[in-house]
Amino acid sequence: MSAPEASGRGDRAVAPVKLGMDRIIDDRRTRIIVCCGSGGVGKTTAAAAIGLRAAERGRQACVLTVDPARRLAQSMGLTSLDNTPRQVDGVETANGGSLHAMMLDMKRTFDEIVEAHADPDRAAQILANPFYQSLSSSFAGTQEYMAMEKLGQLRHADEWDLIVVDTPPSRSALDFLDAPQRLGRFLDGRLIRLLTLPAKAGMSYMKVLNAGFAMMTGALTKILGTQVLKDAQTFVTALDTMFGGFRERAEATYRLLQTPGTAFLVIAAPEPDALREASYFVERLDAERMPLAGLILNRVHTSPAGRLSAARSLAAAETLEMQDRPNESEVSAPRYTIAVAALRMHAERMQLGKRERRLAEHFTAAHPAIPVAEVVAQPEDVHDLAGLRVIGTILSQQGS
Amino acid sequence: MGGTTGGSKGMTTRDTDWDGVRLHVVTGKGGTGKTTVAAAMALALASAGRRVLLIEVEGRQGIARLFDCPPLPYEERKVAIGLGAHGAGQGGDVYALTVDPEGALLDYLEMFYNMRRTAKALTRLGVVDFATTIAPGLSDVLVTGKATEAARRRVSRRDDSHVYHAVVMDAPPTGRISRFLDVSTEVSGLAKVGPIRTHADTVARVIRSPQTVVHFVTTLEEMPVQETLDGIAELHELTGDAIRPGGIFINMARPAILNRADLAAAASGSLDVAELSVGLKAAGISDNHGLAADLMTELKEHAQQVAMQDREREELLTSGRPHYELPMIPEGIDLASLYQLAAALREQGAA
Repeated sequence: MSAPEASGRGDRAVAPVKLGMDRIIDDRRTRIIVCCGSGGVGKTTAAAAIGLRAAERGRQACVLTVDPARRLAQSMGLTSLDNTPRQVDGVETANGGSLHAMMLDMKRTFDEIVEAHADPDRAAQILANPFYQSLSSSFAGTQEYMAMEKLGQLRHADEWDLIVVDTPPSRSALDFLDAPQRLGRFLDGRLIRLLTLPAKAGMSYMKVLNAGFAMMTGALTKILGTQVLKDAQTFVTALDTMFGGFRERAEATYRLLQTPGTAFLVIAAPEPDALREASYFVERLDAERMPLAGLILNRVHTSPAGRLSAARSLAAAETLEMQDRPNESEVSAPRYTIAVAALRMHAERMQLGKRERRLAEHFTAAHPAIPVAEVVAQPEDVHDLAGLRVIGTILSQQGS
Repeated sequence: MGGTTGGSKGMTTRDTDWDGVRLHVVTGKGGTGKTTVAAAMALALASAGRRVLLIEVEGRQGIARLFDCPPLPYEERKVAIGLGAHGAGQGGDVYALTVDPEGALLDYLEMFYNMRRTAKALTRLGVVDFATTIAPGLSDVLVTGKATEAARRRVSRRDDSHVYHAVVMDAPPTGRISRFLDVSTEVSGLAKVGPIRTHADTVARVIRSPQTVVHFVTTLEEMPVQETLDGIAELHELTGDAIRPGGIFINMARPAILNRADLAAAASGSLDVAELSVGLKAAGISDNHGLAADLMTELKEHAQQVAMQDREREELLTSGRPHYELPMIPEGIDLASLYQLAAALREQGAA
């Protein structure tokens, strides 16, 4: 009880390094910022806020977003899904910067790759194939792959000197890194090679192949049916000529992400699941030699009255309640309604803040070298440039 | 009160909003507490004598963490005892199962073709990778197929009562739910005929029956509310309500601590700081360095938040769906708070 409760800075068991956001966005060598993390932690808002701040500090910034909230999208002029960056109005341009933003159209991006890399006949054949249609419009993996593809394109266009990417709302934050490789691995896989064999080498080759192949196609036919297998074969064969292109591009983008010009920011809310994901992600980035800039801990609850502890606040509330009804039978107007409410709410807020702090300390204890920026929970949703500016300012003014 | 006979016959129950539903699909935007609500729902449904299966499909092991048990394999295991009736006795059994596409494929092949070894060979060749990469619809049908199989499973040929009174699925997030459940459409694009098509049609019949509903978990924030309404609209557009929307589960709601008039005053900053200061003094706390003013700032933020919650709640109610409210648990979710949430769900008639 007498121990001071977590009230602000300086009393942490483990104090993380502060993340200097302005240093990252002011460094002209930073060309790509990737915001990643599990769903619902505020990646989109963070990406937009960083893009806006960078633009207002003089960068030619482009924000590539996947699934923004409607009002935020509207405020950034993202009303149509046309797969090209649009200039955002209302940005302060005194420092010579600008902001563009675009929303990813997954299927369109995929179609464009096919059209760019196959002759018209073959492209038409691929676009009409049921497997292609399923693959290009489904969410699992393709969205991540297309986000990478689009990032590669934007970077290649060289119209912007800073691209901020908001990663897709995946099942797990790791999907973003895995999906492109998975597609590559898939396209190189044994199964694909087997499926494309008949078309490549004619039936005579198949006899040479062992019984394993016959068993496999037999089983596949049993599960999928002949037609499905044939469609899959047709699709894979049609795609075959483009394999090299696909893989090369995925690998090029992957390598691009490993260069020092990229800064990964892991976004998390102070919740056990989100921080666990963040931990995995941090370890994974390290293993892949991806340049991690730091962690943004979003929606942290703090209190302007942190000097009053939860325990004292609660005790005070109880004292006042007793004074308000000295004995049960006597009915009089309570005098301290507001004070009791304020004290109880404050106690709850301090408790929540304390719990969040423990979770953050847990993360920092495991990853002491990772810089952290905290963003205080906003009483209302962010849905305009002014709101984004507030977040950008908070991100850049991490106590010293 | 609660019926104690197993199976589907002769139950004496109080009315709940979802009587007759066997498969509860629980979806929600990331961060809204979908897994927590699914688990609480399973506890609430598992009243005495009833067995409930809780299924996880995204391989996060969130259920194991909630129930404080080791990672769950592809196997139905008992993880908890359901919520008992009012202070009397225990509830039924809650089982849990983690379904992944690979396990579901092996299961499917064994159940329908008796070819487990072939299935393992297929896995090595990357067939599962193939299915999940090139045609996620195929792996979705295997996963939902497992859930519908459990929902329909009978005790034996002689005893046709259901093994599970209900199945609760912790499903993919709102943005993907319609496609995930609309298996027959997804698969029919790929397969006009054939065994997988037949299987998809069987699964679709259960999902498109009154036995299945889709519940939406949301918080009272703009984005999750918007996704919930979009999700309900999408179910309607894609399936013409053949896949039925269920309830809206408002999670982590913060109750207002002041009456309307005081809240409005707090929001506009017209509450009397001096009065608060007097209150603090009466409780023995000195108002140094403007403590009362700081607390007033907190009250103002609370009032703003309540106002935002009210706006979002109103927005949700335009959907006309039944809704349930679950409180924010400031200490974090543990097993005890799960039962607390389960009790809240039962009180409101969700289970």
